[in-house]
Amino acid sequence: MRVRFWGTRGSIPVALTASDVRDKLAQALVQASGKTFKSYEEAHAYATAELDFNLTHTFGGHTPCVEIEVPGDEYYVCDMGSGARPLGVHVLARQARKPATVNIFQSHVHWDHIMGFPFFGPAYVPGTKIRIHGCHDQLEHAFRLQQSPPCFPVTWEQLGATIEFVKLVPDKPRQVGTLTVTPHLQLHGGDSYGYRFEQGGKTVIYSTDSEHKLENRAEAEAFAAFFRNADVVIFDAMYALAEAISVKADWGHSSNIVGVELCQMAHAKHLVLFHHEPANNDATLEGLLKEARRFEELTRGDQALKVSAAYDGLEIDL
Amino acid sequence: MNVTSRRFANAVVLHIDGRLDQDTCGAFTSELMKYVDSMAHGGGAVILDLSSLEYVSSAGLRCFMLASRQAKAQSGRIFVAALQPMVKEIFEISHFNLVFQVFPSIREALGAVSAEAAAAFDKG
Repeated sequence: MRVRFWGTRGSIPVALTASDVRDKLAQALVQASGKTFKSYEEAHAYATAELDFNLTHTFGGHTPCVEIEVPGDEYYVCDMGSGARPLGVHVLARQARKPATVNIFQSHVHWDHIMGFPFFGPAYVPGTKIRIHGCHDQLEHAFRLQQSPPCFPVTWEQLGATIEFVKLVPDKPRQVGTLTVTPHLQLHGGDSYGYRFEQGGKTVIYSTDSEHKLENRAEAEAFAAFFRNADVVIFDAMYALAEAISVKADWGHSSNIVGVELCQMAHAKHLVLFHHEPANNDATLEGLLKEARRFEELTRGDQALKVSAAYDGLEIDL
Repeated sequence: MNVTSRRFANAVVLHIDGRLDQDTCGAFTSELMKYVDSMAHGGGAVILDLSSLEYVSSAGLRCFMLASRQAKAQSGRIFVAALQPMVKEIFEISHFNLVFQVFPSIREALGAVSAEAAAAFDKG
């Protein structure tokens, strides 16, 4: 099983500006001052080994879209944020003109989670089968609405793929292709649903756009049960804790610290911080990652929890 | 977890002993709010003496946040002081050091409240 991140940003896509790139380059030059490199490969190896992540990478800017790759011909995708556009390019290239079957799981239908669908190339290929799964009654309405005039020039009826909407029931496991999928209700405006994906003894949790009320022990225990022993937990860590429970309380998102606590309760193995705040630059996001890792060290019980921050292009093999 | 209080002029110092987490935060919040209410009415301040606080979870930090909101709504003040290294680091990691005024010692926190509170502390 492989998890591939096509979009990791929350709310709205962001992109590095020319000024951001110059700043990264200038900082890298300062850090490398006095060093000489005989080849591109030598310089590349230095950048990889010595420079901070936020200088050599970017956490990326597409809104949520995460692929779960398992053996077989079908595709499994969480959310259709703007990351669905590069995912579509990948699917078309891999299929080499053969129509694909794509299973999509929607956390909810806020715009940042569906905005990539009109740019998802396979949707325009006749013979492609797309099944959009979710627990919301208005799932189909939302997808059709964003492709209605005057919002978008290509209407739903012009799409070439056969598209089916599949209603899932919260907390009821369902077999979809080779995966067992269980949705779970989360606290977010208009509701959202997390998903537990299981296959071949491996478990991935996709839990974004989810606020956790810290005073509610029953809620924490229910999420710990939902995350129980997961190999990977993709978690809404949009804010630092102080922000999440003060000025941005009731905004429907969570923090890096609560992610660590819930994963520790659940004995999960790997926490992946996700749905990054669009106002945060790469250095800030790397800071939040380092803080989450340090909090995990300070509060570690008998099992270490690996903590990562998702970025567009990250792949995790299980 | 145990809470004891000492009054210094227009400030009350709450000494918090033990762990503050989901199991203890409910009772702690009720206790804390009583002091926040009573001090705010007198124009005073609450100082949280965290020298014996071993651990604070996100649920515990939320108690502090609720107390801070309550104090601000009543034009009161709330400070934290004398944090143990681990709790100090958790404050920084969670960015609570940006929300609260944190003082190295009780004496310094009392000095920020009023000269009378600091003098009362010095008298012992």
